[in-house]
Amino acid sequence: MDAIDSEDIDTHFADKLVSAGIDRIRTCIQCGVCSAVCPSSRRTAFRTREIMRKAVLGLKDEVLSSEDLWLCSTCFTCLERCPREIKVTDAIVVMRNMAVEEGYMLPQHRKASKKLLASGHLVPIDRANRKARKELGLDELPPTTHSNERALEDVKKIMKKTGFETLIEGVAREGT
Amino acid sequence: MTEVQKYSLFLGCVMPNRFPNLEKSIRVVLPRLGIELEDLEGASCCPAPGVIRSFDEPTWLALAARNLALAENAGNDIITGCNGCYATFKEALEEVQNHPKKLREVRRILKDVGVRFKAKSNAKHVIEVLSEIGAEKIRELVTQPLSGIRVGVHYGCHLLKPSKNRPWKQTQKHSFLDELVEATGAESIEYKDKDMCCGAGGGVRAGQAALSVDFAREKLDNLIAAKVDCIINVCSFCHLQFEMAQPQLNGETGSQKYEIPVIYYTQLLGLALGIDPDELGLGKHVVDTQPFLEKTGR
Repeated sequence: MDAIDSEDIDTHFADKLVSAGIDRIRTCIQCGVCSAVCPSSRRTAFRTREIMRKAVLGLKDEVLSSEDLWLCSTCFTCLERCPREIKVTDAIVVMRNMAVEEGYMLPQHRKASKKLLASGHLVPIDRANRKARKELGLDELPPTTHSNERALEDVKKIMKKTGFETLIEGVAREGT
Repeated sequence: MTEVQKYSLFLGCVMPNRFPNLEKSIRVVLPRLGIELEDLEGASCCPAPGVIRSFDEPTWLALAARNLALAENAGNDIITGCNGCYATFKEALEEVQNHPKKLREVRRILKDVGVRFKAKSNAKHVIEVLSEIGAEKIRELVTQPLSGIRVGVHYGCHLLKPSKNRPWKQTQKHSFLDELVEATGAESIEYKDKDMCCGAGGGVRAGQAALSVDFAREKLDNLIAAKVDCIINVCSFCHLQFEMAQPQLNGETGSQKYEIPVIYYTQLLGLALGIDPDELGLGKHVVDTQPFLEKTGR
């Protein structure tokens, strides 16, 4: 393995995680409990401990560009079991936000987000389920943004205001 | 019977738009227990904690706050039957209640769409409300006990965790859902890694399909080894995962190994209360429920 180039170390990265609420991340002792209890690491090369170490070290670009960040199912077992009470799962979610901000996002996630932008639902109704609803004696459309134009406009307005529309419609980085 | 409680029913996305049979069972069963449900008109996606919160936290918080505000302004707490939606509301409430700056920001955004938000209402899971009524009281209402039915209980992750922001007692081994299942006369069977994740959350199902199905495969293999008659779940996304993963795994393995009926808790309870299976949406499953229904004598 190559030596870590000091240019790759962002000395402020851990500070940013701390101010985003991962206040105990520097207390990590690399015990590996997070990896040991992780259902994703049972079947992939994903190692939570490695991400935590790289984060504390400040290997920002390496962590944010890695697809590993997206192998976590957010089951919260690591957060529950961490002997240092580090909010491990929250750390992953915070780093995912940073990754998306930098333009790293899986195409399927971008696609799902576009559905939310268009309909107010990540999983919108389809023809088969309109029919199923009627057969069950339910309204063909649920009483959500699907049947309330004004509510949908409000939701769209909120997503515009928070910058979500720009974030999702923006240009994806190559390789993600 | 307990006094009447009223809630705003928050549907989310997967339940009304992919598994309306679960919605139907909630709408049919809860009123029998004295729980009145009001529609939450104009609600959106919660939005999903593993994806939208992962992409942009401020957007997640603003949309979650809007849904909470709709219920608050209707004078109700939210009730939801999805662990993901439940997580979003529990976490969003914690964020705005502990961070005045975030609350101010969310209020500013909501004001622009004419919505007032005090962050005073609560969000409960269907199972939380049923637990409060209590397994003993529910047992008293059962007219057709499901004796002889072997159930594999799946709690799902976000019903229980993070435990600091959940109403259950602090333990590594929960039993409240097993008790509610056994109140119907069925038997909750122990199986390996019962607390393991279904693999759908965190954007894994959307973004890493093969990995996601492999989580489900491991759970299903453990349930098959325990010889259960059905899986009982309390989350529309876990439900989707177990329903969709089984035909996929059968296709991949060229077998019929994976055919465990996937039953939502209010469907099971409805049967024990003597409600017709079709009224509970049990005729609209992906994995055939007939072997399970036959065993219950329906």
